[in-house]
Amino acid sequence: MSLPVTHKIDSVALRNIVKRFPGVIASDHVNFDVKAGEIHALLGENGAGKTTLMRILYGLYQPDEGEILINGKPVAIRSPADSIQLGLGMIHQHFMLVPTLSVAANVALGLKSSRGLLLDLEVVSQRLRALSETYGLRVDPDAMVWQLAVGEQQRVEILKALYRGAALLILDEPTAVLTPQEVDELFVTLRRMAAEGHSLIFISHKLHEVLAISHRVTVLRNGRVVQTLNTAETSRKELARLMVGREVMLRVERPEVQFGAPRLVIKDLWVTGDKGLPAVRGTSLQIRSGEILGIAGVSGNGQRELAEAIAGLRKPTQGQILIDGMDVTGWRPEKLILNGLAYISEERFRDGVVKDLTVEENLMLEQHGHAPFARGIFLDFGRIASHTQEMIRDFEIKTPSRQTPLRNLSGGNIQKLILARELTRKPRVLIASQPTRGVDIGSTEYIHSRLVAQRAEQTATLLISEDLDEIRNLSDRIAVMYEGRIMGVLEREDASIEKLGLMMAGVSVESQESG
Amino acid sequence: MEPKKRIRPINWLGPSIPFLAALAAFVLGAFMLLLLGANPIEAYAALIDGAFGSMNSIADTVVKATPLLFVGAGICVAFRGGVINIGGEGQLVVGALAATLAALTFTTWPAWALIPVCLLLGFLAGAVWGAIAGFLKAYYNVNEILTTIMMNQIAVQLMNYLLSGPIMDPVQIENGSFIPQTARFPAAADLPRLVPTRLHLGVLLAVVVAILVWVLLWRTTLGYRIRAVGLSPAAARRAGIRVEQYAMLALLISGALAGLGGAVQVLGVNHRMFTDGSATGFTSSAGFNGIVAALFGQLHPLGAIPASGLFGAMLVGANKMQRVVQVPSALITALNGLVVIFVVSSEIWRRQLARRQEMGAMREAALATAPAGEMT
Repeated sequence: MSLPVTHKIDSVALRNIVKRFPGVIASDHVNFDVKAGEIHALLGENGAGKTTLMRILYGLYQPDEGEILINGKPVAIRSPADSIQLGLGMIHQHFMLVPTLSVAANVALGLKSSRGLLLDLEVVSQRLRALSETYGLRVDPDAMVWQLAVGEQQRVEILKALYRGAALLILDEPTAVLTPQEVDELFVTLRRMAAEGHSLIFISHKLHEVLAISHRVTVLRNGRVVQTLNTAETSRKELARLMVGREVMLRVERPEVQFGAPRLVIKDLWVTGDKGLPAVRGTSLQIRSGEILGIAGVSGNGQRELAEAIAGLRKPTQGQILIDGMDVTGWRPEKLILNGLAYISEERFRDGVVKDLTVEENLMLEQHGHAPFARGIFLDFGRIASHTQEMIRDFEIKTPSRQTPLRNLSGGNIQKLILARELTRKPRVLIASQPTRGVDIGSTEYIHSRLVAQRAEQTATLLISEDLDEIRNLSDRIAVMYEGRIMGVLEREDASIEKLGLMMAGVSVESQESG
Repeated sequence: MEPKKRIRPINWLGPSIPFLAALAAFVLGAFMLLLLGANPIEAYAALIDGAFGSMNSIADTVVKATPLLFVGAGICVAFRGGVINIGGEGQLVVGALAATLAALTFTTWPAWALIPVCLLLGFLAGAVWGAIAGFLKAYYNVNEILTTIMMNQIAVQLMNYLLSGPIMDPVQIENGSFIPQTARFPAAADLPRLVPTRLHLGVLLAVVVAILVWVLLWRTTLGYRIRAVGLSPAAARRAGIRVEQYAMLALLISGALAGLGGAVQVLGVNHRMFTDGSATGFTSSAGFNGIVAALFGQLHPLGAIPASGLFGAMLVGANKMQRVVQVPSALITALNGLVVIFVVSSEIWRRQLARRQEMGAMREAALATAPAGEMT
C-alpha cells in the first residue's frame, strides 16, 4: 500500500461558527482553535453543543455561518471524505468496526490496496505494527475485532485514523466506555501523540479527565463558548462553575441519620448469569433502614445479576432475599413493587423506560393500574396529568411537555424521570444501579442529593456503581464485589481508595489485614 | 397544561401522509395502465364510478370494507402489542363457521336471540384461534407468524370438511350435486338491512368495534399494558407487567375481532356458508387486506376506518375498471401493494421529520432555565 500522505497541520481554527436546528441554535458564533502538539479539551454538559461543533469540523454538518481555517487558510469541508483528505480524524463514541474482520482488514477497509485488486493485508499489518510501536498502542493486527476488549477496539479506531494520515484527532467522549486502567493507558497514548506533533481535541464532560490530559480547555454552554482557559491555571471548581453556569457542590451534604432495623437482608445468594454460569456466588448482605450500602467493583463481577435477582427479574438458584423480614425470594416484579421495592436499572434505555411512549406514560409505568392513575380499568387522565406534572416539577425534569416522546429527552432527564417514578412510590428498598452513568453534572448532583435524602425517609438503598467517587461520597458502608463474591464490607471512614482498589482486584479484607 | 389535551397517537402530519402515499401509488399505477395500453384517466374514472357511482355501488364498497375493518382493528391490537397476526383469514373462517353452526342449529330462535349468539360464537371462535398462536408464542416461544399462517390452513380444511359433510345442505345431497355449501340460514339470522341495498347492520358494528379498540388501546390500563409490552418487553417486565400474558391477549383479541368479522360476513352478506376449497372463496382475502388497511391507517383503529373504506372502494371499483378499459382487475392488487410500500416508506420519513421537530422543541426546553413544570 502506498503510504498515506503525512499531513502537516500547524493550526485548525473555527471562526464564528453558527449552526441552527429548528427552534434552537446549537452553535452560536463559536470560536475555537487547536495547534500542533496540543491537547485541547472541549468541556460541556450533554446538549451544550460539543458534538455538533465537532461534526461541523469533521464535515458531517454544514455550518450556517462562519468558516474553518487550516494553517490559516479557509477550507471547505463538505463531507468526512474531505476532512480525512485534509488530515482530520474522528474517534466516535460508538466504534465503527466490523467485528468479524481482523484489525488489519478493518484498517484496510475503504483504502486502495497496493496490489491492485488483491488484498495487501500483510503490508497493512507491518505498517500497523510500526504505528503501534511509535504511539504505544498495543494491538495485534491479525486479531479478530470481536475478540478485542473495548479499550483495544478504541485503539484500533485511533490506529485507523493515524493510518489514514490524520494529523488532528477528534475524540468524542473517549473514556465513557473504558475502565480506569484503560483510561490511564489511553492518556499515555494521547500524550505521546501530542509529543509527536499531532493536534488532539478531547471532548468530555468529566472534569478530572480534562484537568489530567489537556493543555487548554474550552467550556461550552448552550451552544456558546463560555471561556477558553489554560488548564494549568484553572481548577475543578472553576470548570464546574463555568460548565453548569452556577456554583456546583462537588460533595454531597450528608446529614446524620439514625439507622433502623435491617430492611434488606440477603443470605447466601446464588444467581446464574446469562452465560449459564453462576454470576453471584454466595453473597450475603444487610442494609438497615436509612442506610446506603455501596457496592464497588469493576462491572461484570455479578453486580447486575445481584440487582436483577433482588428486582425479581432473575430467579436465584439458592439463598434468600428478605424485605423487612418477609421472604421475597423468587417473587415476581409486580409483587415486589407492591411491597415497596424500587429499582433504578443500569440498562436505562433497555428496561428502565419505554422510549416510544411519552414522558407521562413512562412516569406511570409501574403504577398505571392503581389510583391515582386508574379508575377501574380506565386510565384517569385528569389525575394522571396533575400527578405527572407534579413529578416533572418536583424532580426538575426538563421536557417540553408531558406528552413529549421520551426518546427526545437527554440522558440526565431520563434518569431524573426514572428517579421520580421510583421515589414517588416511597420505596422501602431501593436498588440504584449505575444511577449517574452518562449523566451530566447538573443531573448527577441532583440525583445524588435525592439518593441521600432517601436516607431520612428510612429507605434502605443498595447503590451499585463503577464510579468510586460516587460510592465513597454517598455510601454509609461500602462492599466490593469480585467474581460474584463480596470481598468485604468497610465502614465509610475505613474505605480508603487503596483498600478498595485491592479488594476490586480480588484481595479480601481479611487477607489485607493479615498480610 | 389543560388536562383535556391528551395523548395524541396521530401527529399533525400523520393523517395526510397515507393519502400522499396513495396518490403516489396511483400515479405509478397510471404508468402501469399506460403500459397495458389503457387510458389511465378513463380507468380511474371507471374505478371511482364503480365504487361510488350509485347508491348500490357505495353500499357494495362499504360492505366490502366491513371485514377489512374488523380484521384491521384487530391487527392494530396485535401489532401494537408486538405480535404479528397473519392469521386473519383463518380467524374469519372459524368465526363464520361458528356463526353458521349456531344459525343452522337454533333454527327456531327469534332474531334478537339468534343474531347475538351467532356473533358471540364467531367472536369466541376467532379468540380461540388467535389464542392458540398466542399461547405457543408466549410460553413456548414459537414464532407467531408461522403459527398464524398454519392456523389458516387448519381453518380452511376444517371448513372444507364441515361443508362437504356434516353441515352440507341436505338439498345438495338429495339432488346428488354435492356442492360444498350449507343450507340458507333461517331469515331470523339475517343482519337487518340499513337501506334497501346490501348495506347491513354489520357495517355499524365494525365502526363501533374500531372505536372500542381505540378506547381499549388508549384509554384503559389493559391497552396501555399491551402497548408497553409491544414497545419494550424488557421495560414492561421490569415494571411488573406480565409480558407473556399480554402478548397472548393481544393475539387473542386480534383473532376475536377477525372471528366476529367472519360471523358478520356470513350473517350479513352470504346467509349461508360455501367454499371453493380455499380460504379466499369465503374471505376474498380480507384477512390479508385487513392488515394492509391497518398499516395504511397507521395501526390506529380510527385510521383503519377510512383506510378500509379506501381499499373496499378499490376492490369494488376494480371490477368496473376491468369492464371499461379491459385491464385485469389484478392490477388493483398491484396498486394495493404499491400503496403499502409507499405508506410504510413514508412512515420512516415522517418519523424522522417528527423527531427533528421534537428535538428542536426539546433543546428549546433545555435551554430555558425554568423547569418544564412551570413552562406550561
